[in-house]
Amino acid sequence: MQLIYEKSVPGRRAGTVPAYAGLAKPAVPAGLGRAAAPRLPEIAEPDLVRHITALANRNFGIDTGFYPLGSCTMKHNPRLNERAANLPGFANIHPAQSEESVQGALELMWRLQEILREVTGLDAVSLQPAAGSQGELTGLLVMRAYFADRGEDELRREIVIPDTAHGTNPASVVMAGYEVVGIKTDARGNVDVDDLRAKVGPRTAGLMITNPSTLGLFEENIHEIEQIMHGAGALMYYDGANLNAVCGVSRPGDMGFDVVHINLHKTFSQPHGGGGPGGGPIAVRGLLDPFLPKPQIVRDGEGAGAFYRLDRDRPKSIGKVRGWTGPFGVFVRSYAFIRRYGPGLREMSEAAVLNANYMLARLRDAYDVPYDRLCMHEFVISARTLKKEHGVTATDVAKRLMDFGYHPPTVYFPLVVPEALMIEPTESEAKETLDAFCDAMLEIAREAASDPAAAKAAPLTRPVRRLDEVLAAKRLVLRYAFADHPDLAAERAAASA
Amino acid sequence: MAAAESYPDGLLYHPEHDWALIEGDEAVLGITWFAQDALGEIVHYEAPDVGAAIGMGEAYGEVESVKAVSDLISPLSGVVLEVNEKATGEPETINEEPYGAGWLIRVRLTDPTEIARLLSPETYRAHVAAE
Amino acid sequence: MSFLSLTDADRAAMLATVGVETVEELFRDIPEAVRLRAPLALDPALTEAQLAAHLAELASRNTHTGDELSFLGYGVYDHYSPAVIDVLLARGEFLTAYTPYQPEMSQGVLQAIFEYQTAICELTGLAVSNASGYDGCTVAADACFLAAHHTGRSKVVVAETLHPMVREVVATFAPGFGMEVVTVPASGGVVDGAAWAAACEGAACAIFQTPNVFGILEDGPALAAAANACEALPVAHVDLLSLGVLEAPGAYGCALAIGEGQSAGIPMSFGGPHFGFMAARADLVRRMPGRIVGETLDSESKRAFVLTLQTREQHIRREKATSNMTTNQTLIALAGWVTLCWYGPQGLRELGELLMGLSAEVAIKAKAAGYELAFPGTTTFKEVALRVPGGGSAEEVARKARALGVNPGVPLGHDFAGLADVLLVAVTEKRTPDDIAELAEVIGQCS
Repeated sequence: MQLIYEKSVPGRRAGTVPAYAGLAKPAVPAGLGRAAAPRLPEIAEPDLVRHITALANRNFGIDTGFYPLGSCTMKHNPRLNERAANLPGFANIHPAQSEESVQGALELMWRLQEILREVTGLDAVSLQPAAGSQGELTGLLVMRAYFADRGEDELRREIVIPDTAHGTNPASVVMAGYEVVGIKTDARGNVDVDDLRAKVGPRTAGLMITNPSTLGLFEENIHEIEQIMHGAGALMYYDGANLNAVCGVSRPGDMGFDVVHINLHKTFSQPHGGGGPGGGPIAVRGLLDPFLPKPQIVRDGEGAGAFYRLDRDRPKSIGKVRGWTGPFGVFVRSYAFIRRYGPGLREMSEAAVLNANYMLARLRDAYDVPYDRLCMHEFVISARTLKKEHGVTATDVAKRLMDFGYHPPTVYFPLVVPEALMIEPTESEAKETLDAFCDAMLEIAREAASDPAAAKAAPLTRPVRRLDEVLAAKRLVLRYAFADHPDLAAERAAASA
Repeated sequence: MAAAESYPDGLLYHPEHDWALIEGDEAVLGITWFAQDALGEIVHYEAPDVGAAIGMGEAYGEVESVKAVSDLISPLSGVVLEVNEKATGEPETINEEPYGAGWLIRVRLTDPTEIARLLSPETYRAHVAAE
Repeated sequence: MSFLSLTDADRAAMLATVGVETVEELFRDIPEAVRLRAPLALDPALTEAQLAAHLAELASRNTHTGDELSFLGYGVYDHYSPAVIDVLLARGEFLTAYTPYQPEMSQGVLQAIFEYQTAICELTGLAVSNASGYDGCTVAADACFLAAHHTGRSKVVVAETLHPMVREVVATFAPGFGMEVVTVPASGGVVDGAAWAAACEGAACAIFQTPNVFGILEDGPALAAAANACEALPVAHVDLLSLGVLEAPGAYGCALAIGEGQSAGIPMSFGGPHFGFMAARADLVRRMPGRIVGETLDSESKRAFVLTLQTREQHIRREKATSNMTTNQTLIALAGWVTLCWYGPQGLRELGELLMGLSAEVAIKAKAAGYELAFPGTTTFKEVALRVPGGGSAEEVARKARALGVNPGVPLGHDFAGLADVLLVAVTEKRTPDDIAELAEVIGQCS
């Protein structure tokens, strides 16, 4: 389809601006005024609406169909939450208003903090981080501040991370000014405890792990890991990307973790929005509370006399990690989601885990299972044998799934599993949906033997066929260039002629 | 068009899949067929600056495919004399001719005794077969 | 439970397939010592209707812009949010999708981001834009991280007239990047040019804001030139809505343009979610943080869009990544893009002129009420810093005015020593000359 810039016709417009007779027209000082107008599209509202709609029609969301993207927790997004976030009393309040004039907002945030304390089993919460990876960086800076306060920051320079970790973990470690030390995975998919013991010492500031891990497996040696880490005076960081498996079942605080980030867009249903926004609050043990970002939301008094306020008087705080007090609209949605469940959040996790195990049981004979255990809320299988015997890769399976009407799972992650397909159904799906998807996966495996070309040619049913990603990386076209815009198809034709 | 697998005689090899062609007190460096094959089609070559000092076994640059990045490990210590502009401009040359037009840098050796520690073609071929 | 579909019969059949008797058995890998054996101590579940009432009650205890005449700004503005953005926000294909890792499933989001990137490049006069950062504060920290790697230097220069919240966020992250922050003082409400030039020596980057935190236009070209003279990357923190009338930072030598996108029709929402934007010179593209969409072809030579240069990112480059960012603010950035398309070039220019006119009107009317410009001789865009007559407390004026139904702006004494008598008044196109007259009347009574 055309770009909106290609639909632009000079003189058209949608939005208009009021004009007031007699209003001053201040001049822009010389040299500061715009010389050439920005080439925004010139389009009237009807065609702007159609353009957006046409784009939507070329996209796939949870609302469209099953979206088992591992490690992303693509669950249902209740629409009441959208309606609530758009209430004037939430959407049209300014963050610099007086505390007296935003008591409802502050109370909602305080209540969400209390819920997250309970769900994680920890003592204090900062809602401020903008997303999971910012939660990681914030948590690491809190750990650094704690060690600096104890005079140990210069000594403790290392963070240990298992080789199954999300890429955000090592990236966050470096941005926090720490060094990464890698830990191996053992034959059952757990952290290799002997390797951990050998690498943890006086230079260790902490450990970052996801539990259940990115393999969808619960860390069976969590108690031993806790003893090694705390025995060395180090801290434990919990990457909460997989918290959907264990709400009400097992709490990071009870596992021994000192810092946790919670992905509100995963576990607590903030819509993913094609890539965001998210929310990444962190919860910490009491000893780290003084170092949390400021301001904190606190409550003075109780009951009818309760007053909620922002506490900026936190001398040991690491400071601010983003503007204001965090993504409030995200808090409204996640708070609303949790209030629909209450203590029944446990049923949510139970359904997520049952759905995943059911799918694993149905698929285990047709695909390789690298770690033969019960899984938690997601599982990793491999197309290794399909590739070896029929040349059909994890990518081919993923693309063929599109023709069956599904969004593919996460592929080629975690890195320790070749040809990985990481499947996370979430609690939202009905048994019929899981069965239909599994039927498709089994059919694709059969087809790989009988007609491997079918998977290689997929997808056939999407707006575009497989893309030339090499071309995108070499011939960088990152914006529309109007009259100078290249015609890639013509270039390709010329090159092959 | 990717090249066929080969590990020519006349070159010396580093176990991280790099080769060196020794020319007096200078050497030409590149990556082996095995390295370019493992990476897939190369879309970017991040070269060092001319004049930079590089150390044996250390990274001096990067090559990237669409979905992977690989450090370039120097088989020898030296000072960079020249960067292959053809490889930076058309990085697919590294796939097509890893030992020819797809060479990466020319260096002046700072410790020629290191040459003795490199692998012979025969030893390197055995190393690749074991991977 | 409305969000769960499994019946007892489903569960029984599924457990049989798995080969276990109970759901409890599925959790057998979790050691008993770390199991939670009590129910979560949370308030009981609510029905949707009960929850709707509860949320409405909470919302009712907030004073919103419909309840008072507000002139609050200071980085977040009560701009008009075009209804057409709801077309995008309400479509499940945008709302409930995630990062477009699978381009064949995601051409809509990918093309929209490409069109967003184009708009940001056009407005800023730079060659590349990412798909968004978290907000106008974090993109400044991103710029520092980028600049440190590009230049190999470890000093960050920030103008005192850069919003204090942006400076605070930079200060939080800079030590982790191994960087120190130097703040250049203001003189007469704008950056002190001589101090700026001196500070830029040896710096990785130098960040200024225009219109600045006081709403005043800085001499961006001079600031950029001073930074360029020291080979420090000049970074302009700008308001997208100003770029219909103000010169594009790329056109006067800035290496990076960043900012807060909330102005582009995004609801204030008590501070978020908003979006940060970042645009850069072409040579910096491999150091950009975050997602970038590129154009390519499919196997039948049809135009298509895809995430590109992913080797910069954490999921591939891990500890050597240009950033740890993965989830960003895509949906909000796209809503901002729709607003920009809705205005178009003509609308954006008219809007900029209107805002400048309204801010001048504030100064004129306030003067009649005894309030002088805090920084005379400057040109403002949409915010005006006013000095309370007789050195009175701006805090006190604001408190009294609110009691009269007018929220007159942000008192600056909290963040700027010596400005306890300065009130920062913001206008948007939602405020009228009559509103400004009312403001002047009320603050005249309150001083």
